[in-house]
Amino acid sequence: MKGYNFAYLDEQTKRMIRRALLKAVAIPGHQVPFGSREMPLPYGWGTGGIQVTAAVLGEADVLKVIDQGADDTTNAVSIRRFFGRTAGVATTTHTTEATVIQTRHRIPEVALREDQIIVYQVPQPEPLSKLEPSRAETRRMHGLAEYGAMHVKLYEDITRFGHVAISYDYPVMVNGRYLMAPSPIPAFDNPKMHMMPALQLFGAGREQRIYAVPPWTAVRSLDFEDHPFRTTRAPHACGLCGAADSYLDEVVTDDRGGRLFVCSDTDFCEGRRAAGHLGSEAGAETGTDMAAE
Amino acid sequence: MADETLLSARGLSLSFGAIPALVGVDADLWPGEVLAVVGESGSGKTTLLNVLSGRMAPHSGVTWYRDPEGVLHDVHAMPMPALRALHRSDWGFVHQNPRDSLRMGVTAGGNVGERLMAQGMRHYGRIRAEAIDWLRQVEIDADRVDHLPRTFSGGMLQRLQIARTLVTHPRLVFMDEPTGGLDVSVQARLLDLIRGLVARLDIAVVLVTHDLAVARLLAHRIMVMQRGVVVETGLTDQVLDDPQHPYTQLLVSSVLQA
Ligand SMILES: Nc1ncnc2c1ncn2[C@@H]1O[C@H](COP(=O)(O)OP(=O)(O)OP(=O)(O)O)[C@@H](O)[C@H]1O
Ligand SMILES: [Mg+2]
Ligand SMILES: [Zn+2]
Repeated sequence: MKGYNFAYLDEQTKRMIRRALLKAVAIPGHQVPFGSREMPLPYGWGTGGIQVTAAVLGEADVLKVIDQGADDTTNAVSIRRFFGRTAGVATTTHTTEATVIQTRHRIPEVALREDQIIVYQVPQPEPLSKLEPSRAETRRMHGLAEYGAMHVKLYEDITRFGHVAISYDYPVMVNGRYLMAPSPIPAFDNPKMHMMPALQLFGAGREQRIYAVPPWTAVRSLDFEDHPFRTTRAPHACGLCGAADSYLDEVVTDDRGGRLFVCSDTDFCEGRRAAGHLGSEAGAETGTDMAAE
Repeated sequence: MADETLLSARGLSLSFGAIPALVGVDADLWPGEVLAVVGESGSGKTTLLNVLSGRMAPHSGVTWYRDPEGVLHDVHAMPMPALRALHRSDWGFVHQNPRDSLRMGVTAGGNVGERLMAQGMRHYGRIRAEAIDWLRQVEIDADRVDHLPRTFSGGMLQRLQIARTLVTHPRLVFMDEPTGGLDVSVQARLLDLIRGLVARLDIAVVLVTHDLAVARLLAHRIMVMQRGVVVETGLTDQVLDDPQHPYTQLLVSSVLQA
């Protein structure tokens, strides 16, 4: 930790980020600008979520970091190590033990609690960016809650494909007021955001925006009455733990085209196996590093 | 403001630098009435339309709009959210170039349905059914509902813009040269269509045109503008058959000569 402030960022920067966070919590789903800083981390992850984590982390926190649901990817490991070194906080891979969960692309399967914070890494905070390139105009659309254009996009999808063809970053209305990008989590995870007991914070470093969903806030996926929002998952049970309700990744198990569907949430999967649940492929050597830590 | 007028303007003035685009313009519009604004190029017609609809603020003067509950609104002092809401529901704007209003990458059905969705309609089937009904009303085949506007002819594009505007049953529609740039035969069909819709739906229209024949066909009353000044106003037939102001006389006679 020598030469670094607690959690790497200097106190003034953390205060600035916390002020933006307070504003974000006060206006659920509203994007608040902040002065994003450089972070000494691998390119490609993005640093918005990490800066938010740095600003909310306290000495007593227990940090979990996941990337696509997994605790053991290179990025997840290096970020966990980074905060372990610069803040000296305890880290964990167990969702239930964590007080702060930094995530990219997933929400854990286990329901989060009131004493937890989940921090999302966000590449594109503006849900209207694909429909309206002008920042000034999207600000006005949010200000006036003019979201008809977003519904036109859903209308077009249903017309063309028979359903809304958005599988990631599916737009949501927060507290019945602001349209929000949930970050590229699968639409499967959207319902978990609704009335979540945990505080949800979102950081977009490149776009310099922070937003938030306070605990127990309504988060509704956009839809039509006669085409209600539905989640989809691969129609399989997890090959390792047998879970039939978790979000699955398809992994290639050998060079002969062998495939396996497994929970993308590695902690969830390990927890089930430890509790004695076994999938059809359990015990088989999978070739992927699924062993418990 | 006279009783029952839908829109009423007094003393509207606006200059662009040294160019006086509007000079002390008064205007009244009654519910269900079509008012034509005529005059040569540069006389201030489009500027007047933009000011009356709140898209531009005058340097002086006032415009009142009476909402369905009878409440008067000062168009130029209205908060922007209220004005934009008005433009999405009670009012409509038909541009000379339909491409300025249509979403060219969105199907005809999506274009017509947009205002319904903006008003909160959230039933795909009903939105689509309304869109199909409106395509029929503007004489576009129902089976074009899923087609992109870029496959449409100029006249069809203008009819699609009209369907997209009228779908929320506005009480007041602003039109800027809606038949401009179209072939004469296409123009005639479009004018018939507009006349029928406006009468049947009892819509008030402020119609900008430099074409006196268009004004004659569609408008109950007419306002003649010259260099930002309203030089003559009255019932369309009276003004065109018996013009009082020399400038109107010139306009009418040049049409006759053409
Ligand atoms: N944005 C602007 N900036 C400067 N001058 C303008 C602007 N808009 C209009 N004018 C000028 O104001 C006058 C009135 O223009 P306006 O567009 O209202 O005329 P118009 O009657 O609609 O003409 P047309 O028949 O050619 O459409 C013209 O002299 C025009 O050049
Ligand atoms: Mg004009
Ligand atoms: Zn599993």
